[in-house]
Amino acid sequence: MEDPIHQFQIENLFTIGHIGPYEIAFTNSAAFMLATVLVICALLLLFTRKDGLVPGRMQSLAELSYEFMAKTVRDSAGTEGMKFFPFIFSLFMFILVSNLLGSVPYGFTISSHIIITVAMALFVFLTVIFYGFYKNGPRFLKLFVPSGIPIYILPLVSAIEVLSFFSRPVSHSVRLFANMLAGHITMKVFASFITMLGAIGLVGWFGAVLPFGLIVALTGLEILVAVLQAYVFAILTCIYLNDALHPGH
Amino acid sequence: MADGTQHHDDRPEKPADEAALSARLKRLDERLGQTRPGELPDSGAPASSTMDSSAFARGFRLSTELIGGVIVGGGLGWLADSWLGTKPWAFIVLLMLGFVGGVLNVMRSAGLAPPAGQAGQEQQEKTDRD
Repeated sequence: MEDPIHQFQIENLFTIGHIGPYEIAFTNSAAFMLATVLVICALLLLFTRKDGLVPGRMQSLAELSYEFMAKTVRDSAGTEGMKFFPFIFSLFMFILVSNLLGSVPYGFTISSHIIITVAMALFVFLTVIFYGFYKNGPRFLKLFVPSGIPIYILPLVSAIEVLSFFSRPVSHSVRLFANMLAGHITMKVFASFITMLGAIGLVGWFGAVLPFGLIVALTGLEILVAVLQAYVFAILTCIYLNDALHPGH
Repeated sequence: MADGTQHHDDRPEKPADEAALSARLKRLDERLGQTRPGELPDSGAPASSTMDSSAFARGFRLSTELIGGVIVGGGLGWLADSWLGTKPWAFIVLLMLGFVGGVLNVMRSAGLAPPAGQAGQEQQEKTDRD
């Protein structure tokens, strides 16, 4: 059976240089990140350059993604949250395009490596903490002190709130990572069923229709998951940033 | 995403007119308030939210919240133990607190508990955005 994990293998394409004893290599992951950024730039810069009043196909795609995210940010983080719009939009587009590129055959899914999603989630988490303290000062800590709680159970409730706050980057990152990993492994496993059944002979060929139909459906589901997880990541970022903007309300 | 046309014609007024924007947001809030109470109180979970397209996604979302809480609680407890030398105790206490925090996160993301920093009675007017 084909190794379903092999698709996540990191390969060095070439070495850029050395920092101390560590090799700084240009990996296939880095190549796909670069490709992702190039695709986003092409979509947003190249196709909106004509600046038509009546947008063309690609221009309206770019405008739609902009307006959709702007609406999401406004709805879940308020108008004040719009100062984080470039950040959230970049995250959303990066995850979305990289997930979709990863769904292309022979593609590499960047977000199937937890280090990537953890880096993004921690970035959001630290932004929330720094901006929360920068904007609200000590009032940010009101996030951990719900109002209307009797004083004798307040320490316990605050401890729970703090732990719940610190568990955010974990669920934030694991959700995206695990969804992409599980989906791609499932697809690979079902795809290898086709070749295994096909090797049996004529009966196997008819049997292989079943996993083949399944993989068609799974591919559609994977694309849905790719879009949905990018959206979920972005909207969770909005919700977390909302806490930094208005703690305690 | 689908309301591209509707969005398009109110675009020019957007930067100029903050009042219209807040009015629109208020109208949106009202509409949200109208739809929410019907589905939220007793059916427990809003099944038609955009985020949970399937039961699998929904279950996965909630389970990561719980697991995140337990992992962070246990990890912080283990770290505190190895720094302070109080071998099992901080781990035990923080693991339990992390479990509770995880359950709280699950309830929050299911819309059963108010978001962080809000008292219980404000739940109705400030609906959960998740």
